[in-house]
Amino acid sequence: MGFLPFVKLGLVANGIIFGSVIALGAIGLTLVYGILKLGNFAHGDYMAFGAYVAFFIVDGLLPRAGIEGAGLGPFTFGFPVLIALPLSAIVVALGAIALDLLIYRRLRQRGASTAILMMASLGVAIAIRGLVQLIWTGDTQHYPRESRQVYHLPMDVRIPPDGLFVAIVAVILVAGVYVLLTYTKIGKAMRATSDNPSLALVTGINTKHVVWWTWGIGGALAAIAGVLLAVVQAQLLPIMGWKFLIPLFAAVILGGIGNPYGALIGALVVGVSMEVSTQWINPSYKPAVAFAIMIGVLLARPRGIFGDSQ
Amino acid sequence: MDIGGVIDYLVGFAIMAMIYAIFTLGLNVHWGFTGLFNIGIAGFFALGAYTAALLTSPPPDPEQFEDFVFGGNLAHHDVLAWGIDAWFFLGIAAAAAVCGLVALIIGSITLRLNDDYLSIATLGIAESVRLFFLNEKWAANGSKGLYRIPKFLGDLIPAENYDYLYIVVVLIVLLILFVAVQRAARSPWGRVLRAIREDEVTTAASGKNVSHFKLQSFVFGAMIMGVGGALFAHHVRFLSPLTFDPLLATFVIWAMLMVGGSGNNVGAVLGAFVVWGVWAGTQFLPGVFSDPSFRLLMIGVLIVTIMLLRPGGLLGEWRRIVARRPAPAAGRDATGSD
Repeated sequence: MGFLPFVKLGLVANGIIFGSVIALGAIGLTLVYGILKLGNFAHGDYMAFGAYVAFFIVDGLLPRAGIEGAGLGPFTFGFPVLIALPLSAIVVALGAIALDLLIYRRLRQRGASTAILMMASLGVAIAIRGLVQLIWTGDTQHYPRESRQVYHLPMDVRIPPDGLFVAIVAVILVAGVYVLLTYTKIGKAMRATSDNPSLALVTGINTKHVVWWTWGIGGALAAIAGVLLAVVQAQLLPIMGWKFLIPLFAAVILGGIGNPYGALIGALVVGVSMEVSTQWINPSYKPAVAFAIMIGVLLARPRGIFGDSQ
Repeated sequence: MDIGGVIDYLVGFAIMAMIYAIFTLGLNVHWGFTGLFNIGIAGFFALGAYTAALLTSPPPDPEQFEDFVFGGNLAHHDVLAWGIDAWFFLGIAAAAAVCGLVALIIGSITLRLNDDYLSIATLGIAESVRLFFLNEKWAANGSKGLYRIPKFLGDLIPAENYDYLYIVVVLIVLLILFVAVQRAARSPWGRVLRAIREDEVTTAASGKNVSHFKLQSFVFGAMIMGVGGALFAHHVRFLSPLTFDPLLATFVIWAMLMVGGSGNNVGAVLGAFVVWGVWAGTQFLPGVFSDPSFRLLMIGVLIVTIMLLRPGGLLGEWRRIVARRPAPAAGRDATGSD
């Protein structure tokens, strides 16, 4: 059979798919962390909320307009999920900006410490999960789906078509973030603010807009990551976002806080390690594997694998 | 319900409230005095409870479908009974030691770096501990849990009145810990911790090894949580990984400290009683108020509201030296007094 000496390639492929979901969450998390100096404990719950907003659209709204379906082409999900994806991103992006205006902006204006900001984000995380459970109950839900054949590739690699979809969406979005950060005015302003907030302020950068864009991008990516996670796991659970925090933070720390490209690499490393670890240890230990990677990085290279120059 | 039933209920309530008060005191050492952000209380809760339970429970009985391999059975060693059940204290000490050791390892890795890393790491500890006890059936019977945890001085009093004895035990432990934490907070050591919380750079500049003090505080608080876990184990006498979900083992304790006032030990104990009172009281209300999801939402809203309005908690810290602080920008961060 097509085994490499040590590692099953199929697990690596799964890890890349899972890693692309982590990447979408981690890029937003690291941008918020770098620019607003906030380790956002609610980021996982933004993801979960995004997944449930899409569920509401797919399951509640669109059927009333007569739009229903599952099993689009090779995929298990239907056309409605494609409509729900951008809508959910917009809802969560606006929600993230609203929460900033309501909570974090006031705390920043007061000169609150990082710990107070993180504490507030913990409160937001708990509240969002409570809200999700209250609206959609704590039971498992899923988008309408039809079972589909997986792709059989050489070397015993099997990829579900959904996984391919997830990876492609992630690649497009990461490319979009790259273009935005590198070539647009707001992207440059975001990077400048991340590097040195006070210098950015005196050079006349509109930090208010930078904050909005950061939350907007972070929220939108989180929502899409949430929907994609629900697609690859074939289920939605209110706790799915909170459970995702450890891989998210592991990826962010691995890549160096504030570095979106680092977060991308970190996410792939974490995702592949988590999947490949199942070859030797119980799959339910995957979060513990992410945690172990994080501790290892903190021991060896506390500023991340790219050793952020600051 | 007759009056006896009401009193029984109140005693059971008070035992849980006091156990929670112990956790709140531990969290107060972390957050209230030092500004360490521990969101993995559930991990230390579980470690303490399982350590005490495993040391004192009888060895596994295959006929009762018990799969774990080790039960210390300390409760049935005559040497440790002496008529006063000395094993109980050994279990508590071991629980504190295990929690202290884990805190020492994780703290020494993360605390020399950015503070944020500690909070993320505590999240990882809690999840790893939960996964360990869930998956490793040999360790503590997996999801079937441990259910033959012995009673301290269980022979002295009939089972139906046992709570009346245990409430005294918990009260004594709580008092000892309260005095210990209070003395620690007022000692020069405690002053250094508060100095770190207020201004780390200045404290370091005045020659204090900031990360050592933080590590000591983290270990001390974790050991207190271990004691709380041990008392909990001998109270409910059933442990499974599901017991330690973040809502009841982490978030509620944060709400208690926030309500009571961080930095204030009396407030921490008071907060535990108030929040647990509201929690237990609303169980009898109809509809949405007894809905666990609604409670989750309310705890989140409570934490955010307190952070916005009174970051030091409702009672706030009682300052022994009242002085005007020069920088109004940072003035409300940790004290809530303005």
